[in-house]
Amino acid sequence: MSHSADRRDAAWWVDRAVQSLVFVGGISGILFIIGIFIFISKEGYGFIVSTLDFGEFFASPRWRPTSSHNPTYGALALIAGTASVTGLAMIVAVPFSLGAAIYIGEFATGKTREYLKVLVEMLAAIPSVVWGFIGLSIMNPLIIELFNVPVGLNVLNSGIILGLMAAPIMTTLAEDALKAVPDTYREAAEALGATRWQVIFRVVLPAAKNGLVAAILLGVGRGFGETMAVLMASGHSINLPTSPFDSVRALTATIAAELGETAAGSEHYQALFTLGIFLFIVTFVINLTADLVVRGVRKQRP
Amino acid sequence: MFEATELNLQNQRRERLFRTLFLAMTLLLILPVVVILAMLVYKGGPMISMDFLLTEPTNGMTAGGILPAFVGTIWLVVVALIASVPIGIAAALYLSEYAPDNWLTRAINLAVINLAGVPSIVHALFGVGAFVIFFRFGTSILAASLTLAVMALPVVIVSTREALQAVPQAFREACWSMGATRWQTIRKVVLPNSLSGILTGVILEVSRTAGETAPIMFTGAAFFLPFLPETVWDQTMALSLHLFVISTQVPEVPEALPYGVALVLISLVLSMNAVSIAFRVYLRGKKKW
Repeated sequence: MSHSADRRDAAWWVDRAVQSLVFVGGISGILFIIGIFIFISKEGYGFIVSTLDFGEFFASPRWRPTSSHNPTYGALALIAGTASVTGLAMIVAVPFSLGAAIYIGEFATGKTREYLKVLVEMLAAIPSVVWGFIGLSIMNPLIIELFNVPVGLNVLNSGIILGLMAAPIMTTLAEDALKAVPDTYREAAEALGATRWQVIFRVVLPAAKNGLVAAILLGVGRGFGETMAVLMASGHSINLPTSPFDSVRALTATIAAELGETAAGSEHYQALFTLGIFLFIVTFVINLTADLVVRGVRKQRP
Repeated sequence: MFEATELNLQNQRRERLFRTLFLAMTLLLILPVVVILAMLVYKGGPMISMDFLLTEPTNGMTAGGILPAFVGTIWLVVVALIASVPIGIAAALYLSEYAPDNWLTRAINLAVINLAGVPSIVHALFGVGAFVIFFRFGTSILAASLTLAVMALPVVIVSTREALQAVPQAFREACWSMGATRWQTIRKVVLPNSLSGILTGVILEVSRTAGETAPIMFTGAAFFLPFLPETVWDQTMALSLHLFVISTQVPEVPEALPYGVALVLISLVLSMNAVSIAFRVYLRGKKKW
């Protein structure tokens, strides 16, 4: 080697500077996720330490933050609202998105496959406020007419809307999980004389199991955190739902609907941030679990 | 001579059955959305005119056009891009070109995934707590756009990282062996070869941020402001929030009006998305390696 090992010219220093700059960008993701937690906690913690009664929060369905003499902050009905809508959405979305992922990943070929993938990707791009509007203006009269009920803004409506919203994302993720199964697995099974459906059900699906579970979990997380569509299509009444035709109010929708009416720093305002902290933690745990499940797959495979 | 046994035939029938079933499921997933989009076009189409796009809402938002909302959405998206694209590209460069395989890199990846999964309304709360109150930006385009920028950051990071990683490792090694520094390699080899892929991600981000409603509701978007914003410190209307407002908050809005707004919004979002996808397909066809 002709040049010396110590080469601290201008280019070296520029390289160093860029490296530090890029590193700051690199850790920005961590900084923002911590920042989000710190800032929503900062606005909400006054309520958590002084007013919040955990028993009431998780067990009482009475969310009456605006009551002048005795405001109560029971989030049970809101949690039930979110859970019922998300649950119905998953009942709608899981089978269809898994079916679609299997068709796109295992049966469709060439151009058809590309077109279907693009179409699914476009569906995932429709903004949630447009979905909410669809729930309000198209699904609502449809449900009233089909089921002969007085109001069509309910668990059924928002569950279907949310299902249609979550399905494209779950389809894409599930298809990725199927694609991650090496072709050698399929070829080995086919060489043993397995039919196409045996290959899919006995080899590909079991091998992709973790990825599929992660796809479903991320779908659940998305449903849990969806705001505008649920705000507009669920009927907005605080209720412990007993049938799909009951109107409910979700956690996210409550924040969206009430934050504008509260004074910054008031008890009600802090309570809404507390709901936000709860949402943040739940979605964080769901995403973390999905990541761990996927990681489990990678560890197993040599 | 091979002859199909009863078992072969049974297997064939079963395979055909499943194939049809899964195709039906795929179509059932897509069909309702196609029908819904057709309804939006059918009911909202007649609303669309130059007048609709270029005039202000009148009569308590029950008539007139959507100009301030349209312009406001452009403001929000552009400022969000200016804030998020440099950070996103830096993050992607770090992850793709510099990051060693250690706990910090894993933590960053995990943080990016989680950031993408944070509910939009929680982003809104963060925007209120951080930008509106703590940094004293007030409810302004700046606060709303920064909130959107944080939300869209994972989109930029993930798509840029993919574009960077599509550049073959041999390109970098050839450059390093000439004595170039990492940064020289990135600037002269990696970035030029991935620029169009990065652009695809940026267009995708435009499509995402243009449709968001919850993060801007309390940080800078206003229900009704009959004039155009002039600086980033102003509040503004936005198409997405306008659709929410006229379809839920304002009485006696003629039926076609929200359909028109929805159609404009969804055309904007889907056309950006289509451009991004078309660009990606075109690039894949053009790739030289």
